[in-house]
Formats: sequence, structure tokens, C-alpha cells
Amino acid sequence: MTDKQNESNEGLSIEEQKKKAAAEAKAKALELAKQRQAEKAKPVESAEQPTAELELTKEELKKKAAAEAKAKALELAKQRQAEKAKAAETAEPTTTEPELTKEEQKKKAAAEAKAKALELAKQRQAEKAAEPSDTTDETSDDLAKQKALAAAKAKAAAAAKAKAAAAAKAKLAREAGGDTSAQPASDDEKAKAAAKAKAAAAAKAKAAAAAKAKALREAGGDAPSETPAGDDEKAKAIAAAKAKAAAAAKARAAANAKGAAAEPAAEEKPSPNQPILDTYIKVIKEHLGEDVLEDSYINRLSKDVPTLVAKPDTYYKIAEFLKHNDQLRFDYLSEMHGTDFETHFEVYNHLYSYVNRQSVALKVKIDRTSATTHSITPLWEGANWPERETFDLLGIHFEGHPNLSRIMLPDDWVGHPLRKDYEPHDVEV
Amino acid sequence: MIRTEEMLLNVGPQHPSTHGVFRIVLKIDGETIIEATPVIGYLHRGTEKLAENLQYTQIIPYTDRMDYLAAMTNNYVICHAVETMMSLEIPERAEYLRVIVMELGRIASHLVWFGTYLLDIGAMSPFLYAFREREAIINMLNEICGARLTFNYMRVGGVKWDAPDGWIEKVRDFVPYMREELAGYHDLVTGNEIFLNRVKGIGFYTKEEALNYSLSGANLRCTGTNWDLRKDEPYSIYERFDFDIPVFHTGDAWARYQCRMQEIEESLKILEQAVEQFPAEGPVMAKVPRIIKPPKGEAFVRIESPRGEIGCYIASEGKKEPYRLKFRRPSFYNLQILPKLLVGENISNLITILGGIDIVLGEVDG
Repeated sequence: MTDKQNESNEGLSIEEQKKKAAAEAKAKALELAKQRQAEKAKPVESAEQPTAELELTKEELKKKAAAEAKAKALELAKQRQAEKAKAAETAEPTTTEPELTKEEQKKKAAAEAKAKALELAKQRQAEKAAEPSDTTDETSDDLAKQKALAAAKAKAAAAAKAKAAAAAKAKLAREAGGDTSAQPASDDEKAKAAAKAKAAAAAKAKAAAAAKAKALREAGGDAPSETPAGDDEKAKAIAAAKAKAAAAAKARAAANAKGAAAEPAAEEKPSPNQPILDTYIKVIKEHLGEDVLEDSYINRLSKDVPTLVAKPDTYYKIAEFLKHNDQLRFDYLSEMHGTDFETHFEVYNHLYSYVNRQSVALKVKIDRTSATTHSITPLWEGANWPERETFDLLGIHFEGHPNLSRIMLPDDWVGHPLRKDYEPHDVEV
Repeated sequence: MIRTEEMLLNVGPQHPSTHGVFRIVLKIDGETIIEATPVIGYLHRGTEKLAENLQYTQIIPYTDRMDYLAAMTNNYVICHAVETMMSLEIPERAEYLRVIVMELGRIASHLVWFGTYLLDIGAMSPFLYAFREREAIINMLNEICGARLTFNYMRVGGVKWDAPDGWIEKVRDFVPYMREELAGYHDLVTGNEIFLNRVKGIGFYTKEEALNYSLSGANLRCTGTNWDLRKDEPYSIYERFDFDIPVFHTGDAWARYQCRMQEIEESLKILEQAVEQFPAEGPVMAKVPRIIKPPKGEAFVRIESPRGEIGCYIASEGKKEPYRLKFRRPSFYNLQILPKLLVGENISNLITILGGIDIVLGEVDG
């Protein structure tokens, strides 16, 4: 996961990277908050589900799917309840928080505020204003705000001022964000745009809060809740740079955390198709000798298909064996094509056995200069045209093919377009 | 006694019964076909070459132009391949929308086949009825994605647009309507003796031949092979639906006709259940990176299109464009058996046999 993200960062400007990083950090906070909610809302269910799901048969899955649709409405209601409960809880942290360090408090408050804002946005997106329950949501939200505000005020001791300001600011941001999403978003685009705008606003507001906090410390505790939204913009502008830096730092932290989390997940358990592959290899080695396969593996990316790589000189022998062996009986050629990997050509066959209901991918690497291999059309008539196509577009010669001629392009075409070094031939240039 | 001699007859590439640009060179003796040589490539647009310079999302519109009678399945196959590589979780609502549009597409495709096939072999009116019903489907698809044929509706991670208000109800109402019309088709055509004489026993092949020639779809199921990827290698959410795979055993054009007509019924069953289970709310797009980069490696997936197995192979270098993209196009594979079927047939059966395979030339030529 981390690798992928890092790689995908290459193509982006620093601006975009920062934005992305900020979004990621937020998504994480959101996820955390969600998890907490889920834990509170249904501790029993969450404990049971994973094991239960494993044991479900197809029949049950179907039923489950139907039931799920119905259960969704219920779940939504639950979520709302959970949120109310959460709103009530925001008052509580006052007691527990003094035990935490300032740093932690700040982080926690910010994360919570953000998570809430995002959660709200998400719910609204999902409900798209149509739900009548929207109004109740809003009121509960207001309640939450008031409570949180009260809590913030209570914490107005000099040390906690900065944090209170941050929370209040986040709230303001949430309000601003709420306005955007309150407009009935008619499609994905709008909703996404709204979400983005909100995310950006939240980040800026946070930075602004930090900047303002200093001033507020001198001015007095109550100010943050009274700050009009207009002031926000100025503060935002001032603190924009800071926000970006903070976001970047956060993203780095997030990336580190994620990297740590991803590592254990990378150790996958063996594929369910591993025994099948082992059988293939065993049978092939028994009949054709030890040294006929170049490689064999489970292709994880391709629905765990067992993959055999034949040596150029044993390709036809293995194909023939796969088709005619009584244990294997791959009677169907599902797909056949070639690829130019620049160092070599590769021919890829996807075979299927209707007897055993199993798939196998058979590949062979071909030397690029000679570009010749054996045709498998004598085994599967279905390979006839695909081999012609491969010859036409890649210039791989199939020995033993009944009619190896161009099929897509005119007979007088020069070159093979799917080769990576193909240059269009034009007599007039 | 009548003396005959061999002659060459060129059919196409511009010929109405080929439903595209397909040429076949026949060597005939009197009215008997001795040899048939299909010539294809008139619609070759080099989709696979073009795709090597395009981002994954940009490739999706190109897939619309392959099998333009059922473009939703084409949309799906490339999204499915990328999603498989990236192990993406697709939101439920998006999956239902995908299944609904794909099954609508399957019905529309079979309707076109039904109408034009009968037109080819001399029945004018079924075409008009079939296109009337197809128009209803096309209108629905137009409403959800803004295009009648080249949909460009699906995206990696979900679908582009949510269903407009009342759309699901329209699909729901369409199911009983279509059932009624389908019964009408059966009254009109299925028992018709002239029709039966034209299709029974024509274009026969065995199960082994079908497998050997890599046939798929109704062309395979007409030989008694119970095989449908929706059931046998379930993708998307097809395992949630209760439907049957129509299988016939005579292996002739008549079996292929029955097969496709019954598939319409089964698709209606799926639609009925999908509409009922359709989630009231939820996102239609998963969280995907803005620039889609499948991990380094290769993947081949196959799904069931109206014409058979459509597959997509992607070799990725972890970049935003595929290193190599290849479509397994069912019409291309299915058409291979044509020369074999034509040998020894009367020339008037040429159209019956060609039409029975149900090809789309855009797909044959890639």
C-alpha cells in the first residue's frame, strides 16, 4: 500500500502531494473515529461477524445480501444514535484530559473535530438531503456543538486555551463545510468537490487556529466562539503556509504508521490454489522429466491462477501433455496472445479444463531475434486465429501453423505494430 | 443432367447480413459450398496499441466500440481487470447498478440478434417488435449514462453516475412488460414451421468441436455444455441471484436460438432480484487514487458477455498506462468455426449459420 502511494506521488507536484497527504491524514482520523463508533455501537456484532462470514454458504450469502439491504436502514439509525451518544461524551474528556500531555490533547481534539466534520459530510453525502431524518441530525449536531463549546470553555485554563481555539475553529470549519454540502449535491462530482473543499477548509482553519491561539491567550478565553467567519479568512491566509507544513508532517507520520501496519499484512497465507499447482508440477515432472519447466507460481494478481512457464523447447510438449493427460485434461483454450517485453517475447495461454473445472496459465518466453515458437493450433483449433493475430501484430512465427498470414492488417503492411520498437512505415515520408 | 462447375463468390465486405464489414470468399460448386475463407480486419482500429498510451480511465470509451451492442460488459471487463489487480472493494450500490445495466445490455443485445437474425432469414416483422423493446432498454441506459450505445458508464471502483430518481422503478416495470412481449415472440416465431425448417439441424457441431474451437456463450451452451462464467466463476455479485443457465443439446442453429431466447428470461429474473435487493443508499464509487496505477504484474480476467467469454489481460509496470492490454473478444474466437461449418452446405444456409454465431464485427476486428 505504502509503496503504491509513494509511487503514485511521483507524478504529482508538491502542491498536490501536500493536498493528498492532508486528505490521507484526515481519512485516517475518520477511520479511527469510525472504528470507535462501531465499537461502541455494536461490540457484539463486530466480534461475531468475521467468523460467521467465513462459514456462510452461497445460499446463506444470498439471504444475507437480501437481509443486508434491509438491515442498512437500521444501521443508519444506529449510527445516528451512536453519534448522539458521542456528542454527549464530548463533555467527558474534560475530566480525563488533564492527565494527557498538551501535545496529545491537541492532537486528540483536532482529530476528533476533524473526524466529526468528515463523518457528517459523509453522512450527508449518503443521505443527499432527501432523508427526513436530516433535521434530527442537525439538531443533535447543534447539541454536540453546544456541549463541546461548554467543554471548551470549561477548559479555558491558560494551558488549554490553544486547544479550545482549535476545536472551536474546527467547528467553524465544519459549519462552513456543512453549508456547502447542504446544497443538494446532484452527483458524485459535486459531492466530491464539497468534500474536498471541506477538507481544505478544515486544514486551513486548524492552522488559523494555531496562529490565533497566541493572540487569544492574551485576549481572553471566550473569544474563539465569537470569532466571526470573516476573520477566519485573514487568519487562513496568514497561516496557509503553516497549515501546509503541518499537513506534510502529518502525512509523513501517517505514511510511517501505515508502512508499519502494512508490513505484517504483506505476509500472505498460501493461496488456495497452491495444492492444485503442486499437483500439476508433480504430474508434469513424473511424465516429462524434472527439467521441463522454467518457472511456476501462483499469480496473485490474476485471481490466483496457477501459472506455468515452459522452456522454449518444451513448450509444445507441455501444452500437448496438459491437453491429453488424463489427470489434467485441459480441453479448452480460453485465451492466447503475445506480449513484447523488450528483452523477450512472451506467449500467454489461458487454458481451462471442463473435466476438472480448473484453470492454468501456460507461458513461454521467446528469444526476440528469432521470434519463433511452436504452434499449438494442432492441439486447440481455437488457437488458429489468435496465433495469426499474434503473428500479424507482434511478428512471432508459429511453426506448424496451417495458415500463418496477416489477419488484421493488409498483407503488404510493413512491420508489427505491437512491438515496442515499431515505427510506422510511410513511403511518402 | 445439369452440369455444374466451381466458381468463386465474394460475399461482402459490404453486405447487410454480415452486420458490419465482413468478407467471405466462397468456392462453390452449383449451390454447394466447397470452401469458405473469411477475411476480417476491415474494422481493426488497433485498440490494444492505442491503449498502451492511455490511462486506464481513458481506455474505457474505446471498449464501448468493440462490442457496441453490449458495451456495458466491455466497460465492466476492463474495470474488473484493474480492480482485481488492485484488490479494490466495490460499493454495493455500484455493483447492483453494474449488474442491472449489464443484464439490460444482455437483453438488448439478444433482442438485436433475434430481430436481425429473423430478418436475415426472411421474416420482416419480428425485427420491428424486437427493436421496439430494445428501444425501451436503450432509453433507460441513455437516462443513466447519457449515451445510447457508447456508454462509458463504468469506472475503476464503481460507476460514474448514480441512477436518477425513479430509474429503478422503470427497470422494475420493464421486467413484466418484457416477459409479456417475449411470450409474444414465442407465439410469433418459435413455433413457426418455416422458421423451424430453416434452423433445425443447420450449422451442427458437437460439444468436443465447440471446445476445440474455443467457442463460448450460447454457441457453447447449445451443445450441452453447462458453462456460464456468471455461475461457474462468479464475479461482481452474481452469486446472490437465483437464475438458471439454459443448456440445449442439439448443437444446431435451432438450439442457439432457444438458448438466447431463454437467456433473456434468465436475465429478467436477475433484473427482478437486483431491483428488489437494490440498496436504498450508499456511494457508487469506491475510494480510488486519482491516478490509477495497478501494481506491477499481469492479470487475466474473463466474464460472460452476451456473445460469450470476454476477457481482459493487463500487463502492468505500475505506471498509469498499461504496458500491454489485450482483450479476449468472444466474437473473434467464435467466428473461427465458420469455414468448417460452411463446407458442404447449401449456399442459402450461409446466412443462417453466420447469423447463428452472433458476431459483432467491431469486436471481431478489435
